[in-house]
Amino acid sequence: MRLGYPESIKIIRVPCTGKVDALHLMRCFERGADGVIVVGCREGDCHYQSGNFRARKRVAEVAGLLERLGIGGERLRMVNLSSSDAPLFVKAAREIHEAVLAAGPNPVGRPRRPPAVPTASETPGKEVIRP
Amino acid sequence: MNAKTPSRLEKILRAGHLAVTSECGPPRGSAIGHLVEKAETIRHHVDAINITDNQTSVCRLCSLAACIRLKLLGLEPVLQMVVRDRNRIALQSDILGAASFDIHNILCLSGDHQRFGDHAQGQNVFDLDSMQLLQTVRRMRDEGKFLGGDPIDRPPAMFVGAAENPFADPFEIRVPRLAKKIAAGAEFIQTQCIYNVERFERWMQGVRDRGLHEQAFILAGVTPLKSAGMARYMKNKVPGMDVPDEVVKRMASVPKDRQAEEGIRLCVETIQRLKEVPGIAGFHIMAIEWEERVPEIVERAGLAPRPALC
Amino acid sequence: MIVAERKPIEEILPWLEGARSVLVLGCNECVTVCEAGGKKEVGMLASALRLLFAKEGREVNVGERTLERQCDPEYLDELRDTIDAYDAVVSLACGVGIQFTAERYPSKPVYPGVNTCFMGAALERGVWAERCQGCGQCLLALTGAVCPVARCAKRLLNGPCGGSSAGKCELGPEVDCAWQLIIDRLKALGRMEDYERLIPVKDWSKDRAGGPRKVVREDVRS
Repeated sequence: MRLGYPESIKIIRVPCTGKVDALHLMRCFERGADGVIVVGCREGDCHYQSGNFRARKRVAEVAGLLERLGIGGERLRMVNLSSSDAPLFVKAAREIHEAVLAAGPNPVGRPRRPPAVPTASETPGKEVIRP
Repeated sequence: MNAKTPSRLEKILRAGHLAVTSECGPPRGSAIGHLVEKAETIRHHVDAINITDNQTSVCRLCSLAACIRLKLLGLEPVLQMVVRDRNRIALQSDILGAASFDIHNILCLSGDHQRFGDHAQGQNVFDLDSMQLLQTVRRMRDEGKFLGGDPIDRPPAMFVGAAENPFADPFEIRVPRLAKKIAAGAEFIQTQCIYNVERFERWMQGVRDRGLHEQAFILAGVTPLKSAGMARYMKNKVPGMDVPDEVVKRMASVPKDRQAEEGIRLCVETIQRLKEVPGIAGFHIMAIEWEERVPEIVERAGLAPRPALC
Repeated sequence: MIVAERKPIEEILPWLEGARSVLVLGCNECVTVCEAGGKKEVGMLASALRLLFAKEGREVNVGERTLERQCDPEYLDELRDTIDAYDAVVSLACGVGIQFTAERYPSKPVYPGVNTCFMGAALERGVWAERCQGCGQCLLALTGAVCPVARCAKRLLNGPCGGSSAGKCELGPEVDCAWQLIIDRLKALGRMEDYERLIPVKDWSKDRAGGPRKVVREDVRS
């Protein structure tokens, strides 16, 4: 199957959606992403039992926050599928793409390069000033 | 037993008569005429009238002022006092205020939580609990001392009562709890309204087993039901209320326009049955905004006429 | 621990009107454990603020820092060199930490980022419940180690009231009746006879009724 998905989508691999922290999702938007889709294993199929359920709750929490901030909760969603289910992935990818096009650009502005690699200044007790 | 106070209620109880008390709720405003009318309606059929203290945490004219009104009209008020809204200074101060008008009966209560009232955001006090209020009144009366230890000039001469709910949970402590209230100083007890007579009888058995009925006068509480809807409401919505299914069924079995009559009949029957229960010293008829039916209940239950003052 | 909950960002935002540089200041103690004001919550609030400021086109530096404790002067001193870079501080510590930070830096506006709720424990992940009100004179020896002051809605020292129903408080089925718990516990300990002991009128002067309290231990005092 050679199914295409919108090329604006960048894939970030994580070991499990349970690894995706609310803060990771926030950082994506802070750095200019217009939308984020968290793609997890099917419910009940998590290798770590509940990783994808945790992710779902975090996605709901952050989407709610984005809505309250006026950024738009529809920019963040989650889909559960098996790794062999390309058609479903493509469908979800197109849907978020369309949702983001409808919502317009992230009001934060153009994507920016992430700040320098975390240094000692990010260890507890030291402050981090981000641009 | 000799009376310890000039309370008419106490004298009647100590003389061995079945006492009858009732209660009236003060108005939600300063027009007190209706309360006075309600009290006058039952004047000749009850020995004393409880005046509720911001019941269900809904703000009303104060119990003390209403009691004073009744007292000035020659009626016998029972001052209800909850510990929810006043600290020990205010409670004792109001007790003295009542005593200055020769109000001779007090009922010490915790009070419903304010969450269900009309000022749900208010602070509550609970400086004392109801048992500690009993102790406080007894100390004021018997030792002539404030809680703080200073002497009281002309201590309050009050007959001291408490409420008890035989139907609240856990059941096994309902008798020990009564014992605790009596140990704290309660001389009379008005119970929660009784619909489950069997359960009440079981409780009374426990009360007699410990001889508590000889240490305090137990007035059985009754409330006439106005409708099947009220029965269901009491059953489902009022915490600590035990309304058996048969009671709801009986109320629902008659047409709506006759349910009130059925409620009165049930109330009279309950009193008659409770009169046979050893250890009952009287009845507390709580006819919620239905005071005009109290004389009829008293008469039909064979509790009239009320004894003349000795 | 002292349990707090995050304030809605909408409540915090108006305080930061006009600020050019804001420090979100967390605490590594209780509020970290109850997930209201630790490093992670600092990150979330700072991130949300950055998004909001960017959306409004405001250039505001949002710094993040989490101190070991905000209720100890030595840790607060760590901010001495950097605090001047900020116009305002949003502290996610409990009310104690917020005030202590403000006391240490008198010219710096310090705003609360959490609502401090009570002293409690974690019933499970994400659920915290009150256990102590710091009344200053512990009664737990009399009540089977269940506190009626903190856990009875009417703080009855001689309960339960008539509203106790099937083990629940008259407030509703979500609240346990403290006195039911006390009785269950006394029963389990074989000490039901203790139930009939009247607990005397309490000395509330050790509670907040006595005014702001202080504990002094001379033997360890510097």
